[in-house]
Amino acid sequence: MTSTSTPTSTTTGTPTGKVHLTPEQLRAFGEELDAIRQRVIADLGEDDAAYIRDIVATQRKLEVAGRALMYLPPAWPLAVAALSLSKILDNMEIGHNVMHGQYDWMGDPGLSSRMYEWDNVCPSEQWKYSHNYIHHTFTNILGKDRDIGYGVLRMDEGQEWHPYYLGNPLYAFLLMVFFEWGVAMHDLEVENIVSGTRKLEENKALHAGIMRKVKRQALKDYVVFPALTGPLFPLTLAGNAAANLVRNVWAFNIIFCGHFPAGAETFTQEECLDTVDADGKPEESRGHWYYRQVLGSANISGGPLLHLLSGNLSHQIEHHLFPDLPARRYPEIAPEIRDLCARYGLEYTTGPLHRQLFSVAKKICRLALPTRRTSTDGEPAQGPVTEPIAA
Amino acid sequence: MPTATLVQRVLGSKTLAALTTPHDVDRYLELVNPMWAAREVRAQVLEVRRETRGEHPVATIRLQPTATWRGHRAGQHVQVGVEVPGARRTTRCFTIASAASEPGEPIELTVRAHAEGLVSRYLVEEAQPGLVVHLSQAQGDFTLTESPATPTNNHLLYVTGGSGITPAMSHVRTLLRDGYDGHAGRKVTFLHYARSAEDQIFAEELQRIAWADNGVRVHLRHGDDVFSEAALRRLVPDFRDTDTWACGPAGMMQLVVDAYAGSPRLRTEHFKLTTVPGAGGSAEGEVSFTRSGAGAANTGASLLEQAEALGLTPEFGCRMGICFSCVSRKSEGTVRNVLTGEESSLPDEDVRICVSAPVGDCAVDL
Repeated sequence: MTSTSTPTSTTTGTPTGKVHLTPEQLRAFGEELDAIRQRVIADLGEDDAAYIRDIVATQRKLEVAGRALMYLPPAWPLAVAALSLSKILDNMEIGHNVMHGQYDWMGDPGLSSRMYEWDNVCPSEQWKYSHNYIHHTFTNILGKDRDIGYGVLRMDEGQEWHPYYLGNPLYAFLLMVFFEWGVAMHDLEVENIVSGTRKLEENKALHAGIMRKVKRQALKDYVVFPALTGPLFPLTLAGNAAANLVRNVWAFNIIFCGHFPAGAETFTQEECLDTVDADGKPEESRGHWYYRQVLGSANISGGPLLHLLSGNLSHQIEHHLFPDLPARRYPEIAPEIRDLCARYGLEYTTGPLHRQLFSVAKKICRLALPTRRTSTDGEPAQGPVTEPIAA
Repeated sequence: MPTATLVQRVLGSKTLAALTTPHDVDRYLELVNPMWAAREVRAQVLEVRRETRGEHPVATIRLQPTATWRGHRAGQHVQVGVEVPGARRTTRCFTIASAASEPGEPIELTVRAHAEGLVSRYLVEEAQPGLVVHLSQAQGDFTLTESPATPTNNHLLYVTGGSGITPAMSHVRTLLRDGYDGHAGRKVTFLHYARSAEDQIFAEELQRIAWADNGVRVHLRHGDDVFSEAALRRLVPDFRDTDTWACGPAGMMQLVVDAYAGSPRLRTEHFKLTTVPGAGGSAEGEVSFTRSGAGAANTGASLLEQAEALGLTPEFGCRMGICFSCVSRKSEGTVRNVLTGEESSLPDEDVRICVSAPVGDCAVDL
């Protein structure tokens, strides 16, 4: 699909689920979204502040409880549970969202995107570059968004198959177990160094930052806290490692449901150049950027606890439209976004966690093998996973 | 107190920091008691005293800082952050009016509620004993070079206007508290301009100081009796050779600076005021990038584009206001968010320069 195709006043479906919107429709779509954004921004205030402070206080209490319960060997599973929850809240509902600048308007240095550092081996500074800038700007554009497979996996037919990808399921499993380490190494762009498009020297500046963070995290979880429990050292060490593992597995699963379930579309660089800038250079319009965020993301349906523990990434579509709005607002605006998508004939991909996970797992396995040209081409029949809404 | 010092040392220790990493020790302490701190400085309001009423009332706010407060020298100021309605922490600078303080000692701010001043109005009109505010350490070098303990014969001269009286008051209070004695032939001349008698801050205390036998001469001028070089010369003929501290509104300060004709004895302190936004967004005024010293006429484009046009290379990412890579500190002026049209004129504000266009004069720390 390109924007140069014949303008039409009605939307037409394509085999991939991408719908053609005319430039006028894209502009109107963007304006409606801008209006929603502005309305929420004007309403930000005490409730949002109280909410995030409450979550922070809960996370700190869980952390203190988890560390303290390590002194009671029979309570070990409870200690691990509390610490795991603390790390999940810290990384997802607090860290990810605060680092997006969702609470910068509060002017509180403890909740500022410039200052926040999360309980994770990836330094926040590097995360903000690869995530806030690269991933959120170039979402699902092949060759631009490094979150498509994270340089390790084949997550899209558009990625050329190579015998290396036979290990796709294994790599995915390892990435899940060592997720925080994968995230920390993401910025080193190892795949680009292997392919020769990035020089090793470019990573030198990043190494120091990663090592500093890794040292602090490892010292805390694997040396100091275990040592403080004296003879229980091995048990505490194992407990802390378990909490990190639980967080890794959970975060991996939530994040893989964000853009990889069937129904979430990828884009070529060319199809995103739907307009020209002042100098006549092709660029993407704001309306198309919104359009791409909707089609490239997938939500997870579920209850309030799922939304909280996923850092509201269960509302991936709303998050990608408005990455800097406080995440607690996503459930509130979701019905409106869904209705808007329906009016423009855009698919709003969502489904319960188990279904989205199954869809992702299937994709990981299927793409381990070369794409079969005949039967898998354009698979609209992933019916139960996505919920296409007719215009 | 040695135990207090010991507690502070433990709280500020590397060991404790290694346990709370990646979060600051203070992020945990504040949940237990906002007055416990390892590094940050906060203060609890002890008392709010009305100094003047009228259109722009003045109040003195007595604060008990946390143990992390390192004290201040007379004439210094402090950044005060309060959470104004809407849950937005807003920070402004206020001069400390009380005499020099030791670490952990209470301090007093004397604040005039400006119509546009979110923080000053909040402190004067809303603050109640028990409220916790955020502080920086004391800053500034508009300080007393004289020590009461080592008297010299230097004549000290203060020329102040409006709320510019506060640093001079801190000087004089410090001198008198620490045993200043004017009988050695050493004089202090205190010349102050206020809008009216009822707007006069510290009126009673100044009267007591004037009447006491202490060598401090107080001259208060009200209403149309504004600063003039001739009037100053009548009071202090050799004023250009007298150590002088001047602080007041911009108009008065210009007259004072002119009168001193470049004399090194003059020390000045300026207040930064919120500028009134210009009507509508337009390409007027000057844009200056203070760290690099670059500046040019405002073209109306985003701050990022204007900085780049001047050869600067600020950090940026998405260039569409979503990634926060380009956040920079705007120190003065008004910017308009090009996405929302919202204008903001707060001094020392963090803005996304890719979607912020200056409206009139604007200074950015780049």
